Amino acid sequence: MRDLQLSLNQTRRSLAPAAASAAAVTVEDTIPVNDEDNILKGHGTSDQDGEVVATLCGVVERVNKLVYVRALRARYKPEVGDIIVGRVIEIAPKHWRLEINFSQDAVLMLSSMNLPDGIQRRRTAVDELNMRSIFEENDVICADVRGFQHDRSLHLQARSQKYGKLERGQLLIVPAYLVKRRKQHFHHLKQYDVDLILGCNGFVWVGEHVVVGENTNKMEDKPSLSAEVENFTPLETRKHICRLANAVRVLSALGFTLTVELIIDTAEASVSSNVEINNMLGAEFYVQTAEAEAMRRADLLRKKSGSR
Amino acid sequence: MRQLKGEIGVVAKADGSALFEMGNTRVIAAVYGPREVQNKGQQVNSKEALVRCEYRMAEFSTGDRRRKPKGDRRSTEISLVIRQTMEASILTHLMPRSQIDIFVQVLQADGGTRSACINAATLALADAGIPMRDIVTSCSAGYLCSTPLLDLNYIEDSAGGPDVTVGILAKMDKVTLLQMDAKLPMDTFENVMELAIEGCKAIANYIREVLLENTKRLECQRG
Repeated sequence: MRDLQLSLNQTRRSLAPAAASAAAVTVEDTIPVNDEDNILKGHGTSDQDGEVVATLCGVVERVNKLVYVRALRARYKPEVGDIIVGRVIEIAPKHWRLEINFSQDAVLMLSSMNLPDGIQRRRTAVDELNMRSIFEENDVICADVRGFQHDRSLHLQARSQKYGKLERGQLLIVPAYLVKRRKQHFHHLKQYDVDLILGCNGFVWVGEHVVVGENTNKMEDKPSLSAEVENFTPLETRKHICRLANAVRVLSALGFTLTVELIIDTAEASVSSNVEINNMLGAEFYVQTAEAEAMRRADLLRKKSGSR
Repeated sequence: MRQLKGEIGVVAKADGSALFEMGNTRVIAAVYGPREVQNKGQQVNSKEALVRCEYRMAEFSTGDRRRKPKGDRRSTEISLVIRQTMEASILTHLMPRSQIDIFVQVLQADGGTRSACINAATLALADAGIPMRDIVTSCSAGYLCSTPLLDLNYIEDSAGGPDVTVGILAKMDKVTLLQMDAKLPMDTFENVMELAIEGCKAIANYIREVLLENTKRLECQRG
């Protein structure tokens, strides 16, 4: 065990390019700036006796005149249009309250989501009474950020078929800085028949693939038991879900940025080296993953320097 | 000064957490938040974050194992002291309508628990990515047999001499906490205070090192 820890540490060290860590600051470090060009102080900075001082631990970023500190381990900061995954914690009049790893709960209004029957109309009192049939407490939901309202509360919306309740899968909570904003956050991994949603707020959903538009049929099927059995997730898919979920766990514990490619690669690596799903969280696989990542980054660096 | 040790990220579920050791005193701190205010009645000003703190001593932390009631007066007082000290450095106006919970637990008590708690809380808050004006550090000093002593342990503390706990904002050189439980002549007090501030600065340097190392590690792992 000690040996494993040691080799893991060595791999971690080899991951460290010296130049990249130069811009790291901690609370109350002075950020060097040229006094002549008037700079703009962004997030994570403050002014003390004419000096720019960091108020967070993170990395200094400069965009033209703007200087700000990008915090690493912090709660999620929403931006309009982000795709997020959240958990319902309360049903209130005309809205649901969701936990999304932000400093406040998010609000999903009944009027800002599609009704299950798919008809566009004014929400009536009956709809309001039936809210619990759409989402209940503790349901996991996918939505996007609509924006801040006048009272500074965060509003969400779910106006498309791809949003809504997530079922038959696992929710994983990782630090929000590990998920980068991309064009695509919904991924359908065809080879596994699995959906992967990387929420910008650090909530990752791994679940059985759902065909969009199938929702209405499912509602009708529900009462009959035989249909339920038919809809049962096959064992094979469940195994795939668990394997991918464990891959995400390993990667987030190692602190690597989560991308679909990396998650699939890790899951594939575990298959090809005959690691059982339950052994993926063991120390050996951590070391193996860290080494693979170190190799990949070294390759990238070589390619970059080669192209120059 | 006793040996210092700080470790970040010891509680998996917390937003920020740290373990801090000063000699044999060992304290664990966990920070949750900024998160939605749980009890709306406690919120005084909705434009600022609400800071709460809970200090507890583990039953096994002292020499004699004794069950302590949860709300005893000593721990309530220390909770209040830590809360006020930390609130002075947190930029609460940046996190409106939210609350920050700080939980500190003493695992091993050997004098200077409140200093160790404040230092641990600083590390945990920085780990949680909560914006702060400055690093708060704290250190105690005493005066025994006409010599000023820094960072008293339990035996030195129980000798009955005066015990001065000082908390400072390291860079701005401002005092956020000053407690003394005995009488001291003015000139000796100044010496003792001077010594305690020296100690605080040494701790601040150490804490900064720990934080910088942690930040660099996270950044290069992320790639």
